[in-house]
Amino acid sequence: MSTVVTVDVAVVGAGPAGLAAAVAATETGARVAVVDAGNQPGGQFWRHAPETGNPGTADVQPHGHHGWSTYLDLRARFDAARSAGRITYLPGLQVWMAQHSGDAFVLRTTAAVASSGATPATVAADRLVLCPGGYDRQLPIPGWDLPGVMAAGGIQAFIKANGVLPGKRFVIAGTGPFLLPVAAGIAEAGGKVLAVLESSSPSAWLPHLRAAAGVPGKALEGMAYAAVFARHRIPYRTRNIVTEILGTDRAEGVRTARVDAAGRVRPGTARTYADVDVVGFGWGFTPQLELPVSLGVETRLDADGSLVGIVDERQQSSVPGLYLAGEVTGVGGATLAVLEGLAAGAAAARPESDVPVKQPAAIARHRRFAQAMHHAHPVPAAWQDWLSPDTTVCRCEEVTAGEITEARDQLGARDIRSLKSFTRAGMGWCQGRVCGFASACLSAGPGQMPDAGSLASSAKRPLAAPVGIGELAAQDG
Amino acid sequence: MNTQPVTISFDGRPLAAAAGQSVGAALASQGITAWRSTRKGGKPRGLFCGIGVCFDCLVTVDGEPNQRACLVEACDGMEVEGS
Repeated sequence: MSTVVTVDVAVVGAGPAGLAAAVAATETGARVAVVDAGNQPGGQFWRHAPETGNPGTADVQPHGHHGWSTYLDLRARFDAARSAGRITYLPGLQVWMAQHSGDAFVLRTTAAVASSGATPATVAADRLVLCPGGYDRQLPIPGWDLPGVMAAGGIQAFIKANGVLPGKRFVIAGTGPFLLPVAAGIAEAGGKVLAVLESSSPSAWLPHLRAAAGVPGKALEGMAYAAVFARHRIPYRTRNIVTEILGTDRAEGVRTARVDAAGRVRPGTARTYADVDVVGFGWGFTPQLELPVSLGVETRLDADGSLVGIVDERQQSSVPGLYLAGEVTGVGGATLAVLEGLAAGAAAARPESDVPVKQPAAIARHRRFAQAMHHAHPVPAAWQDWLSPDTTVCRCEEVTAGEITEARDQLGARDIRSLKSFTRAGMGWCQGRVCGFASACLSAGPGQMPDAGSLASSAKRPLAAPVGIGELAAQDG
Repeated sequence: MNTQPVTISFDGRPLAAAAGQSVGAALASQGITAWRSTRKGGKPRGLFCGIGVCFDCLVTVDGEPNQRACLVEACDGMEVEGS
């Protein structure tokens, strides 16, 4: 039997949204529990070196962190509430099941790392704020399963947490402004970035300048990155993609090409980068929807094609008492996540109150900016043409593009659920977290994006995290 | 950050690491990029997502199988095995 922690408000996640939600909830008078898979607060965005017996975060040297002062402020308020016994902090734990029974939400947890010594607890709460964040969205590319190919965010996390680089010579590719801090972080840590390949074009921003002008801070961030790119002579090549990762047992180089606005490869533009040991990919982000979906929240497709939870102006989902903040309501970055977290935490602490949300205009401005960003950096419509039949799509179960298109064309697997049962794509360790979007695109057909139903069935996972059979057996229902 | 040196073992060989560094980072910074073979194709795998989502980097840690190398913090005397 695990310990049961009973509180007014449970928060899942301790990144920008979760920290803000916890702080706002406790400062509005609620008793709060925070469950987080990380060993220390910060999430992926504010990931930092282990504090190891040194809770004073000011001493931890952040590596290229934006909004670090916001983190320090939230962290100080979080730590104060913990010391006062108003926040129960449960780090190193993953929620493997969330239930809504009667008036309470119940979270079952398991240690994220078996050897960590984190003791699983069960959390019971009147209201729940889910801030699970997201991870890099991936598209399969010939050779992407070679060691040395990483998620762009994984490279950044590696540097932030370890202070060292996963290799020496890097190519970063995909789409979106996130490629810039990743490349800048590598260069600042002493790595060589041979090129950043952006599939979109800067002109794609032109129709959205009004939205961009509403968030001038983003322009300043962009200028800071431009300075780093200039200092380290990093080439930024737009309308360019990696068409293949070269190597036998590990990444050794990449082949690239220019593409048109739809992502179709322009003949005669192939180019090879040799002597590359790390290739980083990011095609936007996939919000972690399994917990919201398992609790039955209504979802929609966002402008980037991601499945996200629908919320009202107080961040409440379609399930009363269940609030969402951060990337799960639409990928929008850390500043927006903090604003949403503050709104969600305050609302969850005092659900009957009609106190208006703080900073609704700032939330609206950042959402408009995020929508513009999604429109300017789409997943290229023609990406499926880049695959060859033997390209691995599902890395866990080693299902190829050829097997998937055959299941679609010969067996009629036109949604992710039938595709799974015919090919096992998305049924391995990661449960489709990595290949789910791509598999859903492939089952929908060439040039197609998946609908919300297909993505929702991909996000439906019986267990939200792998859990030992012993822990399952120990549950008394 | 804490850079106190520790020694872990990887497939029986001693490997220098920094305390608090992830096992995946300790391996990668020694030039080891793959430590697992896939079941079907026998293909080499190492770090991919780097944040605990993809399960590509699985290792056995002190006899406990299927641990994510990107999440496990290295500590002195830890025995890590690939598969």
